[in-house]
Parts: sequence; structure tokens; C-alpha cells
Amino acid sequence: MQCEWISAIRFEKRSTTPLSVLFLVPLLSVIIGLCFVGLFIGATGKDPLYIYGLMFDGAFGSAYGLSETVVKSIPLMLTGLGVALAFRMQLWNIGAEGQLYMGAFGATWLALNFPTWPIYLLLPGMLIMSFITGGIWGLLPAIPRAYFKVNETITTLLLNYVGILWVDYLVYGPWRDPKGFNFPITAPFSESAILPALGDTRIHVGLILAILAAVMLYIVLNYTKWGFEIRVSGESAIAARYAGMNHIRNILLVMFISGGLAGIAGMTEVSAITQRLQHGISPGYGYSAIIIAWLARLNPWAVVVVSFLFGGLLVGGYSIQTSGFPAATVAMLQGAILFFVVGGEIFVKYRLTWGSKGGKQ
Amino acid sequence: MSIETAVVTMKNITKSFPGIRANDQVNLTINKGEIHALLGENGAGKSTLMSILTGLYRPDSGEIYINGQAMKFYSPKDAVLQGIGIVHQHFKLVKTFTVAENILLGLQSSNEIYDLQAIKNKIEEFCLRYGFHVNPDAQVWQLSIGEQQRAEIIKALFWGAEILILDEPTAVLTPQEATELYKTLRLMANQGKSVIVISHKLTEVLENTDNITVLRGGKAIGTVQTASSTEEELTRMMVGRNILFDITKKNSKRGSKILALHDISCLGNRGQKALKNISLDIFGGEIVGIAGIAGNGQSELAEVIAGLRLLQTGKKFIDEQDHTHSSVRSLISAGVSYIPEDRLGTGLVPGLNAVDNFILKSYHSLAGYFINWRSAKKETQEAVEKFDIKLASLSNSVNMLSGGNLQKLLLAREISANPRLTVAVYPMRGLDVGAMEVVRKLLMAERDGGKGVLFISEELEELFMLSDRIVVLHEGEIMGIIEPCATTIEEVGMMMAGKRMLKEDAM
Amino acid sequence: MESSLLTAILATGVIAGTPILFAALGEIISEQAGVLNLGVEGMMLVGAVTGFMITMDTNNQWLGLLAAIVASGLMALIHAFLTITLRANQVVSGLALALFGTGLSGYLGQTLIGRPLLVTFKPVPIPGLSEIPWLGPILFQHDVLVYIGYLAVAVFWFILYHTKTGLKIRAVGENPSAADAAGVNVFAIRYACVVLGGMLAGMGGAYLSLAYAPSWLENMTAGRGWIAVALVIFATWNPTKAFLGSWLFGVVDVLGFHMQNLGITVSSFFLKMLPYVITIIVLIIVSRETKKRHVASPGALGIPYNREER
Repeated sequence: MQCEWISAIRFEKRSTTPLSVLFLVPLLSVIIGLCFVGLFIGATGKDPLYIYGLMFDGAFGSAYGLSETVVKSIPLMLTGLGVALAFRMQLWNIGAEGQLYMGAFGATWLALNFPTWPIYLLLPGMLIMSFITGGIWGLLPAIPRAYFKVNETITTLLLNYVGILWVDYLVYGPWRDPKGFNFPITAPFSESAILPALGDTRIHVGLILAILAAVMLYIVLNYTKWGFEIRVSGESAIAARYAGMNHIRNILLVMFISGGLAGIAGMTEVSAITQRLQHGISPGYGYSAIIIAWLARLNPWAVVVVSFLFGGLLVGGYSIQTSGFPAATVAMLQGAILFFVVGGEIFVKYRLTWGSKGGKQ
Repeated sequence: MSIETAVVTMKNITKSFPGIRANDQVNLTINKGEIHALLGENGAGKSTLMSILTGLYRPDSGEIYINGQAMKFYSPKDAVLQGIGIVHQHFKLVKTFTVAENILLGLQSSNEIYDLQAIKNKIEEFCLRYGFHVNPDAQVWQLSIGEQQRAEIIKALFWGAEILILDEPTAVLTPQEATELYKTLRLMANQGKSVIVISHKLTEVLENTDNITVLRGGKAIGTVQTASSTEEELTRMMVGRNILFDITKKNSKRGSKILALHDISCLGNRGQKALKNISLDIFGGEIVGIAGIAGNGQSELAEVIAGLRLLQTGKKFIDEQDHTHSSVRSLISAGVSYIPEDRLGTGLVPGLNAVDNFILKSYHSLAGYFINWRSAKKETQEAVEKFDIKLASLSNSVNMLSGGNLQKLLLAREISANPRLTVAVYPMRGLDVGAMEVVRKLLMAERDGGKGVLFISEELEELFMLSDRIVVLHEGEIMGIIEPCATTIEEVGMMMAGKRMLKEDAM
Repeated sequence: MESSLLTAILATGVIAGTPILFAALGEIISEQAGVLNLGVEGMMLVGAVTGFMITMDTNNQWLGLLAAIVASGLMALIHAFLTITLRANQVVSGLALALFGTGLSGYLGQTLIGRPLLVTFKPVPIPGLSEIPWLGPILFQHDVLVYIGYLAVAVFWFILYHTKTGLKIRAVGENPSAADAAGVNVFAIRYACVVLGGMLAGMGGAYLSLAYAPSWLENMTAGRGWIAVALVIFATWNPTKAFLGSWLFGVVDVLGFHMQNLGITVSSFFLKMLPYVITIIVLIIVSRETKKRHVASPGALGIPYNREER
């Protein structure tokens, strides 16, 4: 095949990536993703720019919208941080959704069984419980991964379904509120089980927890010995073993913490937002977390910022539901953005060159 | 010789990669029926040139003529169609396929629903014609390296190679096997084929080829007739200066026993017995060289000593302390330094920078939970200067470093930790002469400082030069332990092939 | 247990397993060529909704099937472009595909929920074969697509292990550098296998909406795509084993319904958990086994190929 002109365009490996590219690529990916989905929107007869305008307005155009965006960004931050931590070690934790539900379960168990505890005991207790139950849900697939190299992508994902079904079982069954008109909900939580709000919007203490988690993650990853081990393990498991690091212990620990963070997200949702356990407490936060983590290039601060933007995406999505756009539209948008982010990666690692002569440096 | 009569003519070939000009206006002419050597040290551009000839890379500029016709290769397939075959250093065989299936893969003429028997018959024919044996039904992963090489050669011939290129073919052979190989190559050349051998081994090339083209730093320095050339001339062309190949070893007093291995057995990655009841002692002030074809237990021996592979039987002592079941970390604390074969990937972490890599092992012994990056950076900077490591910045990923600088960084880290025993596995592989000298000097310095060194290499000349004692491994057993001055390369070669030494050196 | 109940379980198991079978066959081809495609779930859903949509519009279930295959094939093409040409991370690209496909199907299907389908794939007993005692009702009294499934298993097995094309595919997945040196067009084969894999996933999804249910519901695959991916692993990338595995999962899937006939009352939620839990357990057991027997995944699975990489 004599395709000389095609073969003249080549990808050349970069030695370093300029900062501008690191920012530009994710940004462009988001924009192109929006355009791509815009095509589908246009195909159904609606004006994409108008729709996107509505979404932006709904998310950022009012004080209420902004506060709702922040509210939505809290579970996104927590799950996003958890996923980012796992991804750092090349552990593909797709199970944040299930870990969130299990965390919600753990917190609810405490809240329903000890409603009379004072708030300074119950809330921290719920926090710890949710961290543990979410963590265990992350630990379960970690064990076969650590010892038998069983692919964690599939096991974490399948456990999502199990976790959600478990919560469904509880709220349709033994934990159903007898006074709940047969809806799949538990009894409402007592006062002391509810995360207080900051100010007079729905923004709650969970925001502080999320930001604290980001700070801690940043410090741990970049300044502690253990964080160093994680960064090494993520680059090369063999090198980690070679250096004497306990790779198996790290896999278990990281997955536990990753699940635990998602679990805390579950706790914040049932404690502050729904104030009871019910069917469908998450519109897919755990899945969005994956896109957020990837878009943020696994950096804790970027996770915070991107979570905020995705919170806006969710809120914007609600505001266009009345115009005939189901929740699935947001999922479509998120998937498309991830596509272009993934595709854009190559421009971070490689440079496009023309002509048959390579450059001499 | 004009373009018309030569079988292969490469004219003014230039090829660059980011940061390096691998081939710079190289000219090469190969005639029918000759064995032509492409000589040069590691990194001189030999493999790149041949990758261009075989269609793997496209040259930035220059022309290729096959039998007088100008050619452009866009893929390996184009080169194969022109009768160019290559046996790579790292065999391009699908391990899970049989030899026959591997050959079938590249056969343009076969049908969709193929007949393996016909191919197997033809393989038999080839084997008879060229005088060597390969089992067509064997799955590649089961074959020894020498057998795999033969499979590669047959594959190239099957695909119609008139021009056969071999890339460092004797790296994986005993001296005797190497001689056999050249006999076969001579047979092929006499039958009209043209053979190109890529090598960095001067003596071998002087003994077995017709013409030699020397490459250095990407440029073709010149072509000489083997019969009329000398070692000195070739060295000067290869390296650009005269190099003394003899190192005068200082007499060093043997110190205490640092490593004691009693009756060690272990399994390899495929579940086979890799080491069979090995016993070995290493003392301070000596370099013990391990000779043997790759795959006879050397890597496993190093891993066992470093704690990366479990012992099935036997005991291991470091400085008289029992470390049979010690973790990797406690062995590091006990002073065992392991320089692995896989520099970038195991020894150094790709994607992390020089500082991260420098504290890869030492970070653990810092007090507290935190890492003091400022002092780590300072330490790394000092080491970089002391060991003359060339890097653009301490914060750049080490992926970008050359082979020589990677090895220097590795050694810098390991030696700075002041180890008792240094285990170096193929440390000179892929390095240019300058880097090799540095590595040699560092290992000697360890020895002269009273430490122990275990040196695993496939280059017998290197082993003879550096070792105080040579241990020969074959199929996981020790064939003999002997001092270099008391033996010859041929004798060691025979031990490598499995002949046990009659007199056991009772050291 | 009565034999007629066992027969019923096995027979319905075949039907329930068919969508997983198609998806698994497609994934086997893709992975044998070295490309991991985790977007199966999304491609199945897109196939399901497209098949349903077109069948509704044209009243022809075969056109619907064709549309499903084309749609999911296009989606797989995106993944192929990202992972083969742009050498992107295959895990994340597949995830993006799954998410996008799930969202897209929900978006396209919003007006189709709960609507009835006038033409579907109805059971067509094979004359002669369907009368074989015991085996007949289990295997030969189903719709055409099931039979196509049987054929597909045989065809793919033959192609993979007895033709030159199959040899090339496996070489590309095991050692693309060796295949390249042998003159095989690595890119073309990988592209073809990934797209074919997508088309089969779409077929599996269309089976759900056009024959099994038949209807459209958001997220109607309920994780079957992921089970198919797991199935590929414990079928050790072998089409015939994939058939047995999909049958097993079909049986587990329908076990819930039959449990009631056996008088066993278990919460429906636990029954629904069963396929996922069993998949995980089987995956663990098989991984331990393969470690011992040194059977491995295709050597180059998940790793992008670049000829000039030094």
C-alpha cells in the first residue's frame, strides 16, 4: 500500500508535556464532547445551544442553582477522591456506586438502631460505620485481586448491582417504614442523625468533610512514605516488590480506603439530603466519579474543581427534564466527555509531526 | 562495486528519533555470497539500520536498492517480499504457537484452511539442507533459546530470504554453538545467500566474516576486508580511540564470608525447577562471575538471593545470619544490593523522576511518616554529580534517560547505600564502551573496598576480565567453580553446554 | 425434581443465555486480537434500543436486527479508533463506551418504554430435531436467533483454530510485533475484530428487545454485558466454552422464576443478586485454576501496538 502522505503524519513521543497542553486537552475534550452530544440533540429537533444555555442557567444562574450545584458536588468529590486514589495504584475501582450504597446502609443501621444518641456521638459514629461498610465493599474484590490477580474491573462492577439490590431488599422489606405508604423508604432519621447545614441552603457539613479528604489525600500522596509507596506501586508493581514494599497490603489498604470514601458519600446523602435510606439515593455518583477522576488526571485538587463542574452538569440536567430530556441525557454527556478526554490523552503523551524528517534536538 | 551488481545497497540513509540521530548518512553495500559484519558498540545504530532494511522503520532520507532496483519499504511485508529475512535479537515468535504455525503465519502462498503437514514436510527438507534440527510441532515457549533461534532462521528461509540478517546471534550461544552457527552461515553463503551479521564482538567477527562495516555514533566509519584487518584497527574505528582492554586487577585480600548458599532449590516462572541444590559462598573482596546461557537459572539465583523468589529447599546466610526466609526489606537492611536485568521497569520506576528513584529503597528508613523532599533532592543532586549522570532535570521522568545513564543512576543508588553484597545481573547489556568502563570501575571499587560482588554476564571475555572466580551454571546446577587464570574460554564454554568439570575446585 | 421441570429450566436457560452468548463471542474475538472492550453493556443497550426502534418503524424485525448491528458496530468503531489509532487506555475507553451507550439508549428510548412490539422473533421448532426426546425441547424449539447462536459458536471456533485468518488474529493478540514481522496487518485485524465484537454485542442486545422480553426498558441488560466480559475470562477465550458458560448463566438467570414452582420462597432481591455473585465466585475459582495450569490471556491484551516504539 503506497500511502506515503498518510505515513508522513506521525506521532512522536514527548519528553515533557508543557503545562498549557495539560490544561488545554481536558478543556478541549469537554467542549468537543458537548458539541458531539449537541449533534444528537439537534437530531431530535431541539436547539443544542438553547438547551445548554438552559442547563447553565439552571446550574449557575441563580443562588439556588449554585447552592444545589455545591450540594451535588459533595458526593461527587468524595467518590471522585476515592476512585482517584485507587486509580493511582492502577486499581480500577468501578464499584464506587455500590460502595456508596453500602456506606449508606452502614450509616442507616446506626441511625435506626440508636436514634437517641446525642449528635456528637451519632454523627461521627455514622461516619465511621459508613467508612467501614463502604470500605469492606471495596475490600471484598481487593482480596482476590491481591492474591489471585482476579480482574477488579469486573468484580467491583458486579458488586455494584449486589450492593444496590441489598439496599433495595432492606427498604422494600425489613426496614420499610410502616408509615411510609408502602414506598421503598425507611423511617425518617432522628435529629441527631442529620448532618447540619452550613447557612440556610442545603449545603451541609459534608462539604467540609470532602475538602478535608482532598487535603489529606494530597498530603498523603505527595509527602508521606505510604503515599510514595502508592505512587511507585501504581507505576510498576514489580518495582514496588523490588523495593521491599508490601504490594499486597497496599492493594488491600487502598481499596478499603477508596471504598470507605465512597461509603462516606453514601452517609452524607442519607444523612443530609434524604434523611432516611431509600431506593435510588444515587443518580450514578459512583460512575460519574470515574469520569471526574480521569478528567482530573487523578489530582485531588482537580477532583474538587471538576466535581463542582459535574455537579453543575447534574443540576443543569434536572432543569431540562421538563423540556423532554430524560436523566439519561446527562449520562450520555458524561460518557461523550470521557471519550474525548481519553482520546485527547495521546496529545499529552505524543506530539503530532508532519513530513518524513524527524527533528533533531 | 556498483549499485547494479550488489545485492543490497543502502545509500545515505539518515534516521532520527527524538533527541538522537541514530543513522547519519550511512552507506552499506552487500554482495552475493558474502558474510558481512555490521560492527559497532551498543547504540552505534546497527539495529536501526537493519530495521530500515527490513521495513520496520522508514528512513528520513536516503535510498535502498535491492539487486540494482530502487525500493521503498512501507512495512515488514514489503521487505520479506524482496527476499530480506531477519533473525532478531528478541525473537519475533508467537510463544503459544508451534514452530510450524509461526512459519505459516507469514506464508503468503498458503490457503485459508491450511495444511500443516505439507509445511512440516518442507521444514524437514530445510533442516536436511542446512544441517540442523528443529521440531516443527513444539510450542515455542517449550524450546530452549538456541532452538528458538534455529526456528527463527528456518522461518526466514521459508519466507524466501535470500538476504539473511542476524542481530547479535551469538549472545545466547555457547562458544561451541556459535562456531556451529557460523559453519551453517558459511554453507548458506556458499549456496548464494547473502548474510549480514550485526555484532559488537570483535574477535568473533574477525574469525568468521568476509567484510566488516563499522558504525560509530550513527555514522559509517568505513568498510574493511576481514582478512586484512586487525583488532586494533577495528577498535579504533569502533571507539575512536585506542582502548586498553586489560584491567590490572589489584590483589585483594579475601575477607569474611558474606553470602553462604547451602543446597538451594527453587522453581522458575513456568513451574519448572530453576535451581537444583546449589551451594555457593561469596567472600568480601572478591568478584564471583556467573557464566551460562541465559535461562539456566541465573536470574532465579539473583532473585533468590535478593528475596524476590521463594526457596524450596536449602538455607541462605548473610554475614553468618540466617536469612533463609527473610523479606526483601530485611535483606536490603542486611546489605544485599540487587541490580536487576530490567533496569527501567524493575530497578528504576518508569514515570517517576530521579529523586523518587534515588530514595526508592532508602525512604523507608527515614523516621516518621513523612518524606523530607528537600534533603532527598540534595542527596540525589550530590549522587548525580559524583557519578556523572547526565540528566536534564531532577524532576523529569527517568524514562528519557539513555541506557548508560539509567545504569549509572541505579548503581549510584545502590552503591550509596553501602551494601555488603552487590548482585549485578547483565549490568553491561546495551551500554556503550564508555558506560561499560564506568560500571566496571564501580564493581571493582566495591571489590577493592572489601565487599562481595556477584556478577552475572553472558560475555565470557567480561567474566574473565573481572572475576576472581567463575561459576558456571547449566540447567540450574553448578558445573564448576574455577579461577579465570586456571581455565580457558573453551573449557568454560563446554561447561556452559553441560559438561561437568572433572576437578571440583575446593574453594 | 421432575424431568419436565429440569427440561423447562434448561430450555429457558438457553434462551436467557443467548444475549450473553452473542456478547461473549464478540468479546472473545476482540480480546483474541488483543483489544479489551469493556463497553459491551453500552453496545448491547444501543443494539437493543435501535433494534426496537427500527422494528417499530418498519414492522420488520430483521431490519431492526440489522440496524442494531450497524449501530453497535459504529460504537465499537469509536473504541477501535481511540484504542488502536490513538493508543488510548483501553479500560477507560471501554468504560466511556459503556456509559455513553447506556445514556444514549436511555435518551433514544424515552418514547418507547412499555410500548408493545407487533413483530418479534417467534420460536421456530426445527423439524425433526425438535422431536428428539429431551434434547429436542431444550435445544431446538427456539427462535431463529438462538440457532444462529449455535452456528456462530461453531463458525467462530472453526475460524479461530483452523483457518489462516484465525491464526493471524491470535498472533496479533499474542505478539503483535511478531505478527507485524510476518507481514500481518495488525491495525486492520484489530479494527475488524473490535467492530465485529461490537456488532455481536448489538445482536445480543437486540435479542433482548426483539425476542426475549420483547420490549424496551431503560437499562434492560441489567449488567449482562459485564457478565459476558467475565464469561470470556472463564471460558479461557474459547467459543465452545463460552456457549456452555452462557447456558449456565441463562439457567441461573431464570432460576428465580422456577424456584417458585419448587415451592422455595426466597426474596426476589436475593434471586436477582445470584447471577452477579455466582459470576464473581466462578471468576475467582477459574483465576486460581488458570494460574496453576499456566493458561493465560492473550499476551498483548490491553497493550497498544506501536511499530516504532523504542
